[in-house]
Amino acid sequence: MAVIEISCREVWREVSNYIDNAVDPELCERMEEHFKGCEHCTAVLDGTRNVVRLVGDGRVFDMPAGFGDRLKAHLAQKLGS
Amino acid sequence: MNLDHVERDEGGLSWMDDEGLSATPKPLAQIRMVRTLEQELALIERVCTGETRLFYELISPYKRSVYVAAFSVLQNEADAEEVAQEAFLKAFANLSSFRREAKFSTWLIQIAVNEARTKRRKDRKALYESTDETDPEEEEGDYCPKDLADWRETPAETLQRTELRRALRNAIASLHPAHREVFMMRDVENLSIAETAEVLEISPALVKTRLLRARLKLRDALAPGIDGAWSVCDGSWKKVRPW
Repeated sequence: MAVIEISCREVWREVSNYIDNAVDPELCERMEEHFKGCEHCTAVLDGTRNVVRLVGDGRVFDMPAGFGDRLKAHLAQKLGS
Repeated sequence: MNLDHVERDEGGLSWMDDEGLSATPKPLAQIRMVRTLEQELALIERVCTGETRLFYELISPYKRSVYVAAFSVLQNEADAEEVAQEAFLKAFANLSSFRREAKFSTWLIQIAVNEARTKRRKDRKALYESTDETDPEEEEGDYCPKDLADWRETPAETLQRTELRRALRNAIASLHPAHREVFMMRDVENLSIAETAEVLEISPALVKTRLLRARLKLRDALAPGIDGAWSVCDGSWKKVRPW
């Protein structure tokens, strides 16, 4: 059975859910078929996925140096432990 | 944020041995770096019944999460640290009311977000930055991604470069606060859609809408194309324009 076409605009609306594996199988198939023939939407998908991977790495936001020591001292002072 | 002077957390793990939580780290061979839910609940119980000294050990795996939650709202290291400290004190004061069926980490993050929002409201900067739940942009229809060059490279190696991390942080800081908070909870803190909705006290549908917009805007800000690509120049990585 032929896959029903989907527009670029619909793809952009769902690309975040697609990255999160939160689209239903039928929509997923339509989007994947669209990506095969649309360079722009593929670029949008790859770039958006890269953003998610980059920040998910854990190195983008670190605690300031000495944060733990200062927190421990603050708690000890306030809690008397 | 100066990346040369940062503190790494324990990756959500805690020092433990077979006798329970230890006061001081032991050699790697003698420890199991895990904490089960049951052990965490037992630790909460012990703190609630008077063993205050164990509180730091209880919250230690979540230092970074709480700090990042505060930073996502305040966008200032010193303010985020101050709020994180106060959030932990508030968590201690309210520990007995923690619902055991909830995730302790999510509960802590929610306290930090609320404390940070309270501070932001008090801050004069709030006069210049909307904190309303309603974002006018969300009523203007779909967001159209820019027609940029492909960005297929795996970003893991480029993240080693300070320039890209700085660009990423700047791009996140430039987001609307409502979009930024959702993005930070979902993609930095790795909360689920439902947990993000709970922490920020908005609907899951609104989480998805704001997350989509935040991700697409960050992609537009960081992808090669209009504003150049990430390349090696004079031994360091810089964003270079194609013309």
